[in-house]
Amino acid sequence: MSAIYTERITKMYNKVHALNGLSIHVDHGEIFGLIGPDGAGKSTFFRILTTLLLADSGMATVAGHDVVKEYKEIRKKVGYMPGKFSLYQDLSVEENLTFFATIFGTTIKQNYDLVKEIYEQIEPFKERPAGKLSGGMKQKLALCCALIHKPEVLFLDEPTTGVDTVSRREFWDMLASLKEKGIGILVSTPYMDEAGRCDRIGLLQEGKLLKADTPKGIIDGFKKSLYAIKTESTYKTLLFLRKQEFTESALPFGEYIHLSTKWKLNENQILSKLKEGNLIIKEVKRIIATVEDVFLDLSSKKSTI
Amino acid sequence: MKVFLAFLKKEFYHILRDKRTLLILFIMPVTQVLIFGYAVTNEFKDARIDVLDNSRSPLSREYINHLQSSGHFQLNQSITNYRDIEEGMKAGNSKFALVIPHDFSTDFLAKKQPEVQLLADGSDPNNATTLVQYVNQMSYSFINNKFPNSTQKRSITVSSRMLYNPQLESAYNFIPGVIAMILLIISAMLTSLTIAKEKEQGTMEILLVSPLSPFIIILGKVVPYAILSFINALIILLLGTSIFDVPIRGSIILLLLMCLLYVIVALALGILISTAEDTQQGAMMKSMMGLMLPTMILSGFMFPLSSMPQVLQGLGHIVPATYFIEILKAIMLRGTGLLTIWLSTLVLIGMAIVLLGLAIRNFKIRLQ
Repeated sequence: MSAIYTERITKMYNKVHALNGLSIHVDHGEIFGLIGPDGAGKSTFFRILTTLLLADSGMATVAGHDVVKEYKEIRKKVGYMPGKFSLYQDLSVEENLTFFATIFGTTIKQNYDLVKEIYEQIEPFKERPAGKLSGGMKQKLALCCALIHKPEVLFLDEPTTGVDTVSRREFWDMLASLKEKGIGILVSTPYMDEAGRCDRIGLLQEGKLLKADTPKGIIDGFKKSLYAIKTESTYKTLLFLRKQEFTESALPFGEYIHLSTKWKLNENQILSKLKEGNLIIKEVKRIIATVEDVFLDLSSKKSTI
Repeated sequence: MKVFLAFLKKEFYHILRDKRTLLILFIMPVTQVLIFGYAVTNEFKDARIDVLDNSRSPLSREYINHLQSSGHFQLNQSITNYRDIEEGMKAGNSKFALVIPHDFSTDFLAKKQPEVQLLADGSDPNNATTLVQYVNQMSYSFINNKFPNSTQKRSITVSSRMLYNPQLESAYNFIPGVIAMILLIISAMLTSLTIAKEKEQGTMEILLVSPLSPFIIILGKVVPYAILSFINALIILLLGTSIFDVPIRGSIILLLLMCLLYVIVALALGILISTAEDTQQGAMMKSMMGLMLPTMILSGFMFPLSSMPQVLQGLGHIVPATYFIEILKAIMLRGTGLLTIWLSTLVLIGMAIVLLGLAIRNFKIRLQ
């Protein structure tokens, strides 16, 4: 039995597809990462699975229960962390946790082993109102609250948005250890670099699943040659590259330009071509694609169709 | 039950930690009672009056002087005919006019009861009644001064007539009105605000994705405010009876039961508003415009319903407070029981059932 199973979930908002035929499955003890930009439909998908919204068509089960008919069962068995910080800001850390434990018919003591690792980090602040915690602390507390009733399936909607890098890494470490306990986790993120921490990822854009696979499978599926180019005048170089016949796409990536080519070239061929354009090039190297490259490649293909 | 108690505890944390809520809960009722109370029992100094002295006798002049000696009144002008009475009042120069009859002096000496006529500006009913009371008192003391040892019963009858608002409502009007207002604000407005707040901050989303049933969520929201409303009703009644001597002539148990009924209506209204509004601001606006204003204006609290146009009267009859104020007045001021208020009570019960039904039907188990 899958922790989450969906079949062609579709949801419209004012004639616009928020979700368009989304089919995924997540097993127990697996982290499935839903990756896509803002407005891709991630939160809508989460709300359908957590029984907060009804899909227009398609079916879904969570922990073996239908999201429409058996919503009450699901509400007992899942932990949900919405995209927006949604705890009581005027209640202290401890009061929040106690409250959520109680409404799920349990106590902090009973399931302490599950949240221990996380809770220990915020315990020094347990008297503090939740609204006065830092971003990372808030997310840890929210995770604690979502976990306190030992859910079978965990839904985390952008848990690391607005959180510093160190806390983000810690957060993913926690998810990894939760996965070991057999919890099925669906997590969404706009950060492509977090994809590697998931067992499988789904690339989502405009409500459509572009591709779903393991991170490695996704990267391996990228067959084109990819080069990183470092230059002093990124913009000029970009314009120049986009005029070249061999160029499939040229996109800025931090201080580099990622160039994918229609046919295989070596670094020197590219370098000499660039010199023709009187551009000062610092470095050209062949690289392995990242999830972001794949995402951009897939989404650009989609928009040309 | 344990879950419910945890919910209640959480609600009380919210209430006790929010200064704004506390202010509305405990400071507002007291200030409202005091403001309305003192507006009613305000002492008058030098209220300007017109006098039409048809008697023109030494006795009538003495009487007029005596009235002025109280310090409450000041003679504005002596007028000579009836037409000037209204003019003075319309211009706002005088609060009332005193008409002394032609045979004032002769009647008085003949030990008949002379009758003076008071024409008061009833558009300001609270002031008018107070002034009439003053005149009565002064007339009484006038006789006592004049004939201190008289064994015979003498008196001056003061017949008062209100211009502009003949069916003057009781000055104790304000306590029932304030109770109706405060209970509405606390029950309806605060309840709708607190539910809207859960939606706004996203906590409603988490509450829905939990085994809590919507019924428990609503009940958990409603019970604390019902309790607090009740405490407030008691505070207002206590202030009213102790400071302003408002009587409670009827059964206090019946009175409290009626408060409870009204609180249920108000809470249902609050829940209903919150089912339609997702933000605190929206809920606030709706309760202000949809509940507070009609309660203040159309319930007969501030302005008598009977002097309003038909349309507004009709509107007034769908405002719960109209019935509640009627009930309160009947119990507190007239000391009557269920026999006289059964119709208003039935209307309120009907409203409670309909509104609760709507509120429960409209409460969403999902976000949309």
